[in-house]
Amino acid sequence: MFDTALSAADLVFLAKGAGMTILVTAISVAIGTLLGILFGVIRVQLGATLSLPLTFFLDIFRSVPLLIQLVLANAFMGMVLRLQISGFTVACGVLSLYTAAYCAEIVRGGIDAVPATTRRAARSLGMSWMQDMRYIVAPLATRIALPSWIGLALGVMKDSALVYVVQVTELLKSTQILITRLQEPLFLLLICGAFYFLISFPLARFGGYLEKRWSHD
Amino acid sequence: MIKIQNVHKSFGPLKVLKGIDLTVEKGEVVTVIGGSGSGKSTLLTCINGLEPIDTGRILVDGTEVHARTTDLNRLRQNIGIVFQQWNAFPHLTVLENVTLAPRKVLGIGKAEAEAIAEKQLRHVGLGEKLSTFPSRLSGGQQQRMAIARALAMSPDYMLFDEVTSALDPQLVGEVLETLKMLAEEGMTMICVTHEMAFARDVSDRVAYFHKGIMAEIGAPEQIFGDPQHPETRAFLASVR
Repeated sequence: MFDTALSAADLVFLAKGAGMTILVTAISVAIGTLLGILFGVIRVQLGATLSLPLTFFLDIFRSVPLLIQLVLANAFMGMVLRLQISGFTVACGVLSLYTAAYCAEIVRGGIDAVPATTRRAARSLGMSWMQDMRYIVAPLATRIALPSWIGLALGVMKDSALVYVVQVTELLKSTQILITRLQEPLFLLLICGAFYFLISFPLARFGGYLEKRWSHD
Repeated sequence: MIKIQNVHKSFGPLKVLKGIDLTVEKGEVVTVIGGSGSGKSTLLTCINGLEPIDTGRILVDGTEVHARTTDLNRLRQNIGIVFQQWNAFPHLTVLENVTLAPRKVLGIGKAEAEAIAEKQLRHVGLGEKLSTFPSRLSGGQQQRMAIARALAMSPDYMLFDEVTSALDPQLVGEVLETLKMLAEEGMTMICVTHEMAFARDVSDRVAYFHKGIMAEIGAPEQIFGDPQHPETRAFLASVR
């Protein structure tokens, strides 16, 4: 059909890049979500005024471009703190906080969407704050927050392409290396896009499946 | 016995309760009537400690509700409350709605909790709906489920806060029948209601609240037949 210099070994090289993308995303989304839940609950419990310092801190991660965060964090660790930290660790650390900042907002919105009257009914049955959180608020807020959270996870997956600036060779960087060598940019980008799609698709479908399972109407 | 002594309560500058005194004996059914904003619903949420009070005391079986040392979670196990909005837990089936608190709060095993829940749900006429989700129930059924959910904790007291106010007129009857049944079984109840016929039929005593004050309390025959306070008279004339 058409000629390409792409070899099987190159495809393995791309797959390794995709593996790195998945690894960085999985670690960052996992840590970021746990932190996000913690920050979100703290924000709801403390109220807007008392949680202002936390909100301000998280806003920094939401408003400064990720590329700048990565470069500055890397420079800070190496040049200021003189720590021997791998680019991979810096990438996961920054992306985790970036995820946490957005996730905290999603969690806060989810908790706020659980009607106060429903929570009052739970407390009236003798449930403690923790029991109310665990058996009523958590399941209901999760259902509300899930679509936004899936969107966040997919976004972080694509944003993880930027971690090449701290010398992590993920999917897009791998593709660029091949483009430089093979000089077939459009074909390689097509394959790269297909890889991204293959990573995203199951997550999006999984979200759809959960949404369907949780609706009783 | 529920003892309410000189209770005052405000929301900001708004004084909602201005010195309420009321004692409800075991087995007694007291209904509270009055216009909106008279403080009657607030009183119920003060009795189970959902709302703090400014001054005065509320004692439930000798335990002071608003004392610092009172374990409210424990106290509330003994005081069921059902609200105007039925507040089903939408992610749980009817049976799970009712078993949740007995299992998690009282630590009762699954099988036993389900037996208790089934008994209560049959009692309120929902025996066929155990595995249904609340969104598939009518308002009247959801409200009866809320009643079964409170009863499954085997409370000594039940508080009802305008439980029929949010229901379609044709669904009010089934919920009032459930309340009547409980009253006949000897449950100690305080019912805030706008259903005058119900108040007349089931109450041992009827209290009329007006602007944060209990203007009048007495037997239903007296309150409805020969009201003493001019405000009671005006109110009853307006709702007839």
